[in-house]
Amino acid sequence: MAELNPLRFRDPKRAEALAAAIGKVCAEIGRDPITLMHVCGSHEQAIARFGLRTALPKNLEVIMGPGCPVCITDLPEVDEGVALALQGVKVCTYGDMLRVPGTSMSLAGAQAQGADVQVVYGPAQAVEIARSTSKEVVFFATGFETTAVTTAAALLAGPPPNFSVLSAHKYIPPAMAAVLGMPGSRIEAFLAAGNAAAITGWAIFEPLAARHRVPIVVAGFEPLDILAAVLEALGQLRDGRAEVANLYPRCVTRDGNEPALRLLHEVFEVQGGWWRGIADIPDGNLRLRGPWKRYDARERFQIDMRSLWDHAPHALAAQCVCGDIMAGKRAPTDCGLYGKACTPETPVGACMVSGEGACRIWMQYGGRPDLAEVG
Amino acid sequence: MCLGVPGRILAIDGLEATVDFFGASKRIRLDIVDAPVAVGDYVLNHVGFAIKRIPDEEVGETLALFDSILHGTAGTDDLMAADVLGEIEAAQEEVDRG
Repeated sequence: MAELNPLRFRDPKRAEALAAAIGKVCAEIGRDPITLMHVCGSHEQAIARFGLRTALPKNLEVIMGPGCPVCITDLPEVDEGVALALQGVKVCTYGDMLRVPGTSMSLAGAQAQGADVQVVYGPAQAVEIARSTSKEVVFFATGFETTAVTTAAALLAGPPPNFSVLSAHKYIPPAMAAVLGMPGSRIEAFLAAGNAAAITGWAIFEPLAARHRVPIVVAGFEPLDILAAVLEALGQLRDGRAEVANLYPRCVTRDGNEPALRLLHEVFEVQGGWWRGIADIPDGNLRLRGPWKRYDARERFQIDMRSLWDHAPHALAAQCVCGDIMAGKRAPTDCGLYGKACTPETPVGACMVSGEGACRIWMQYGGRPDLAEVG
Repeated sequence: MCLGVPGRILAIDGLEATVDFFGASKRIRLDIVDAPVAVGDYVLNHVGFAIKRIPDEEVGETLALFDSILHGTAGTDDLMAADVLGEIEAAQEEVDRG
């Protein structure tokens, strides 16, 4: 028997056993539907790519919440990046951000008009670019706390004076509380994102689990990680428990990566602000604090967005239901634009742009299997 | 961007490491990794930064954890689960025997 790659948790025998157990526990719970929410694009990718929903019973829904940092980047934040690029600043950002629609154009649109926009792999590369030019370089920084830590590390390492950060970083725990508290929320348990928890630790979810009486299970990104986490959440629901469970112990500890957390809170502070299409999330945004404001693009530049707001937004944008999809109220296939007016080639909403958006993932791998046809 | 990709360290140069990600090799930063790392260690990488050393022993413990949840939640009265678990154990013994 060939040795399994120790980091690829894809053993089919274990997967079959976990799926069988999930079916059994769902039958014991008996409700229809039982709704679990995950909050990570990487979870959705794994679920869709490995077709895990085909192994789940019909009375179990696993839906994606606000887990795509690109998708929840608010329209005015995209507009700030676009305005800076049009003002002649070099804007470096992650590849997924390029085609996210702003009010009148995306960063790719600005690039087409001659603005200097460059895709980077991460903040360290943006700093290197700043070192190689005399031009002002703004790193348009998106992502949750895990990504924010890398931005903080890049600042702490002493970037050149022509480098600054436009932070659209977000902090996910308050958003989980917000979607739970929304009227009509059907969320019965959460799968928490393992990579974010690698930084924050799992104990951070305990107040949320206790206050809302929801099981919160920290999960990794391999098929076995996800199936085991689903089973743990269902077992808790059946038994009437609401605890934090860590099913990603190879990467997540109780208190997380403490040096990284200290760094995060030294460089960033939490502020309230909008998550696109969802809600104003108290403490949901990460902004540069104190002495680090000298690297804040919002402090360094007069960002003029008025010219962008003279244009009416894309006519179809009003029909986009990205917000409801990220709040777990609707599925991508419930949107009239999905796969028709809105495709990966011509995206209307941010969920169709990013590789971590639910719509884009469903277009690529197929979404919810139609079990009605196979009984 | 928001991916946690595990890889194995091939070489270290100060605060930078060359890491093998399932066959692709890439240089990443070690500024914020949670523990000292050495060549041969597994690390979780995020946008060019190692964010966590993955201890070898945890890899085996994770599989044991999955099995304990399976036993604990499903019980052993589930014939299919018990059957499959039996097969897993038999396969593991085969590996152990080499």
